[in-house]
Amino acid sequence: MMGLPILSILILLPLVAGIICLFVGAKAARWIALLATLACLEIAVDLWLLYNPEGPQWQFVENLSLSGGVAWSLGIDGIALVLIALTAFLMPICIGASWRSIDKRVPEYMAYFLVMEALMFGVFAAQDLFLFYIFFEGGLIPMYLIIGIWGGAERIKASYKFFLYTLLGSVLMLIAMIYMVLEAGTTSIPALMAHDFPAGVQTWLWLAFFASFAVKMPMWPVHTWLPDAHVQAPTAGSVILAGVLLKMGGYGFIRFSLPMFPEGSAQFLPLVFVLSGIAVVYTSLVALAQQDMKKLIAYSSVAHMAFVTFGLFAFNRQGIEGAMIVMLSHGLVSGALFLCVGVIYDRLHTREIAHYGGLSNNMPGYALLFMLFTMASVGLPGTSGFVGEFLSLVGTYEMSSWAAIVATTGIILGAAYMLYLYWRICFGAARTEGAAQMVDLSAREWWLLAPIAAVVLWMGVYPESFLRPIRADVGRLIERVERARPAGDADVTAGKSQAAAHGVTETHGAPAPEAGH
Amino acid sequence: MVQLIVFLPLIAAIIAGLFGRWIGKTAAKLITTGSLFAGAAVSWPILLSFITGDYQGGFVEHVMPWINSGDLKVEWALRVDALTAVMLVVVTTVSSLVHLYSWGYMEEDPGQPRFFAYLSLFSFAMLMLVTADSLVQMFFGWEGVGLASYLLIGFWYHKPSANAAALKAFVVNRVGDFGFSLGIFGTFLVFGTVSIPEILDAAPGMSGSTIGFAGMRVDTMTLLCILLFIGAMGKSAQLGLHTWLPDAMEGPTPVSALIHAATMVTAGVFMVCRLSPMFETSEFALNVVTYVGAATAIFAATVGTAQNDIKRVVAYSTCSQLGYMFFAAGVGAYDAAMFHLFTHAFFKALLFLGSGSVIHAMHHEQDMRFYGGLRKQIPFTFWVMLIGTLAITGVGIAGVAGFAGFWSKDAILEAAYANGSTAGGIAFFLGALAALLTSFYSWRLLFLTFFGKPRWAGSEHIQHAVHGHHEMPDEEHGDSAHHAVAAPVGTAGYHPHESPWTMLLPIGLLAVGAVLAGQLFHGVFLESPAFWNGSIAFNEHLAEEMHHVPMWVKLTATFVMLVGLALAWNNYVRRPEAAGAFVRQFPGLHAFVLNKWYFDELYDLVFVRPAMWLGRFFWKRGDEQTVDRFGPHGAAYAVGVGNRVTAALQSGYLYSYAFVMLLGLIGAASWAIWWAR
Repeated sequence: MMGLPILSILILLPLVAGIICLFVGAKAARWIALLATLACLEIAVDLWLLYNPEGPQWQFVENLSLSGGVAWSLGIDGIALVLIALTAFLMPICIGASWRSIDKRVPEYMAYFLVMEALMFGVFAAQDLFLFYIFFEGGLIPMYLIIGIWGGAERIKASYKFFLYTLLGSVLMLIAMIYMVLEAGTTSIPALMAHDFPAGVQTWLWLAFFASFAVKMPMWPVHTWLPDAHVQAPTAGSVILAGVLLKMGGYGFIRFSLPMFPEGSAQFLPLVFVLSGIAVVYTSLVALAQQDMKKLIAYSSVAHMAFVTFGLFAFNRQGIEGAMIVMLSHGLVSGALFLCVGVIYDRLHTREIAHYGGLSNNMPGYALLFMLFTMASVGLPGTSGFVGEFLSLVGTYEMSSWAAIVATTGIILGAAYMLYLYWRICFGAARTEGAAQMVDLSAREWWLLAPIAAVVLWMGVYPESFLRPIRADVGRLIERVERARPAGDADVTAGKSQAAAHGVTETHGAPAPEAGH
Repeated sequence: MVQLIVFLPLIAAIIAGLFGRWIGKTAAKLITTGSLFAGAAVSWPILLSFITGDYQGGFVEHVMPWINSGDLKVEWALRVDALTAVMLVVVTTVSSLVHLYSWGYMEEDPGQPRFFAYLSLFSFAMLMLVTADSLVQMFFGWEGVGLASYLLIGFWYHKPSANAAALKAFVVNRVGDFGFSLGIFGTFLVFGTVSIPEILDAAPGMSGSTIGFAGMRVDTMTLLCILLFIGAMGKSAQLGLHTWLPDAMEGPTPVSALIHAATMVTAGVFMVCRLSPMFETSEFALNVVTYVGAATAIFAATVGTAQNDIKRVVAYSTCSQLGYMFFAAGVGAYDAAMFHLFTHAFFKALLFLGSGSVIHAMHHEQDMRFYGGLRKQIPFTFWVMLIGTLAITGVGIAGVAGFAGFWSKDAILEAAYANGSTAGGIAFFLGALAALLTSFYSWRLLFLTFFGKPRWAGSEHIQHAVHGHHEMPDEEHGDSAHHAVAAPVGTAGYHPHESPWTMLLPIGLLAVGAVLAGQLFHGVFLESPAFWNGSIAFNEHLAEEMHHVPMWVKLTATFVMLVGLALAWNNYVRRPEAAGAFVRQFPGLHAFVLNKWYFDELYDLVFVRPAMWLGRFFWKRGDEQTVDRFGPHGAAYAVGVGNRVTAALQSGYLYSYAFVMLLGLIGAASWAIWWAR
């Protein structure tokens, strides 16, 4: 596609704006950041409108060969498109959320956010393996600094943990990447997605990538960096961490693990399902016991991301499309929940649930929006949470009824911990003098939360807008992994009457996995 | 037209909820109440058209697509057939009357726009549920009514007991939803669709097939029906998942009447009837439905006999009546189940709203031990409560005339007997026994409240009223633990007052329904396959058999009703001290029943405490002492730099480390590219 290098502009715009921020005062930096992120949102909207869901797989392709073997090659499919849109949507909100609460070293802070935005666009748009790696790992550095400089009292420990976990995964992934390039002779991601690695090799490559993506997701038991990072990060940092950084793990599975190593994925499917199942039950129970608002929502994130891994490794359309919607929905909803925490943290400066209570009295607008996001997190139909959870669980059931049973307990536990949180924050009587005095949302806070609320409802009532761009790409992915798909355990065997059941013909025509033994 | 019925309440709820503060409470109340009366005005002609046969097969109004993922196609659509028409009438009628009643009942409450918005939101969700064309939309309505119920139970959110009850209602319902969800997943897997008509068409073809489930091989249709039925058990408070319903009485009384008596709790019955062709393919599942229903009917009736809180008596009575509806469905008499649902909506809403009127008159006192002699003080309430009691206990003469409950309950017992199976026989026996207890506790309620001498002096609420202490005007007190057991006789100088017309008019209209609903509609519901026209699995053989049950079966209901009445009259009117003597003689039995068979204590011990304990255990022992210790912290120690690294980090060389990371990244990437070339 010729014409404007729109993806390069999308990446370079925040990068340049970020550098400019370093040389201006606090006030100007805020405005520059806001305008730059809004401009990126505008570009993302244009991308969405220009994107042709029925068109070729890769659109807006750019290819510029650099010296030294790295190619500046960009291009997106529908899956990358929606994640870019999510990033672009959340960024101005993050800048708005930091407008008053960040008052030291503002220019630097804004610069890091803008650089991070550029790198995250890069992750989703990169078509060169090493370019991807640089964006993928580079994105951690600004986040590390945001937690380390503007974080809470324990910020150093949290950033250290964050760094250590992600380091381990990335080293293994890099080695795997080198091997792949040597083996396949190309660094192009689209070419690698079509390359068939020998099944025995796939096992090792899959594990190496898994090490990186599982930490990013995060999956149990490599999740313990997340609660600490969230608790210590400033509000906007938490929003981006939950909203976008966690999605890089899921994106990695969709872009690399599944299409490049279908047999490896099928081979390790039991591992993924077991870890995800443990995550749902374990982290939900831990969330139930939390006294710290941010920690509770962080643990709930781990449980929600398990729905993503369940759906992705269900190897069918409902599962993968559901996983995508869970990613989008979780990005919005948990982002909004962290903003909700930020709103009252800014007023009372504590994350202890026990210091709040009765906010329905003095903050009715807040109580309303918080209720909406709570319900979306719980997965109430009509909100985005339901569509994603429902589809991914439908898909999971087709693959394994055991997995679906365990995963579905999440809807009980999720309701328990979220409504228990809501009760302690918004109902009852204020437990401290300060809580009773807090004022309702300001106009700025309405502007942060109301757009997310609107999209959450939109995605819940008419998810077609979000399913349409990814439909063809999910179809291609399924075509790719079809050959390795294991049979589900819920096969229907007809009794006396021989009616053709959907389950028999559709789901179980696929051969058993031939991989890796 | 149907869009109007369904979406007007939603629009009204949004206006009243979001803009209530600006448009004022009167406008908010007018809009919400008006939307429901408009809905009722449209719904009745629809039902009548189905009865006269004008509408025949019904119709589906497509609104817009919803979820579209491969074979899974769900759309927003409104389906209207005879079954839906019945539910439309029940929902809009009771809801509009409850809206009107709330004008009086909630008069002094500061949160009226919010209350009316919730009521209308509930009505919308319930209407979406009953017009659902697919299982997923049914689930939408299902969860929507759950949300509204949660919000309304916790309406007085400053009360800890109300919040606890709301949370419990939502979470226990979610346990049911767990089954419902798995049922939907399984149904889609088996049939490749979630459209209800398509599933019902294909269901007979799948009977006899088996499916893998959690490592076992089970009968496909049995599995699906039981999973879906677990959802119905949660919503309709059947034994095991019933514990939320009595606690839900923490909500304002109009809510109890609308949600926890007439409409939402009957959603489970509606679901089983809607999916009746599916349930018909699995005898095992039907037997489960029968046994659960019969067990609930008898269990809740026993508990109802010992409660002192007037609302809790009615709540357990609801639970018990829902059990009747389920075992009716279980024995194949879906028509009788729906008929009982229809008549029950009138007389149970009447009993709840009547109780509300009593509570209103008695200055928020809910404990019947402090009532007595109210017959003369609030005569209108007395007469309508008497009608409600006659209706629920099933007073009537076979084939001639009777109150609403007489027709439907008789039909259910006859159907259970006529079914001829073991399950049917057991259900008949338990149902008859439960009918005796129903009669006993219903008359007990009436006698304790309206007969005998006033015992108001012992009530704290009355004392407060007399001595001018002001309480929260918006509060009901369900907890009667602080009261002494034996209440002294006396009025304490208090004068109960009859409720305003906004409350009495709805009760009066419901009383008309409680008198006539059975009489007018039994022919349509029970004898007319043409009316149902395939919207439920109408069993003509069973309908015929019901006419040929022995005379003693037909008379059983009336006989046990008279025994219950006699017992109640003896214990609470003739010799008021007899009840106390009985309690003293069997303290264990009384405590067991009074404490609701200790279900709450059992669940607390088995589920709630272990969940919290496990949460703390996983957090402290799992995450902090195992994963972190052997993970990041252990890694640092393993390379022998643990303390130095953390110390250096903590001294704040953050930038240096970021710089090292960046260099490392660039280095690693260069190295990789060099290697790869």
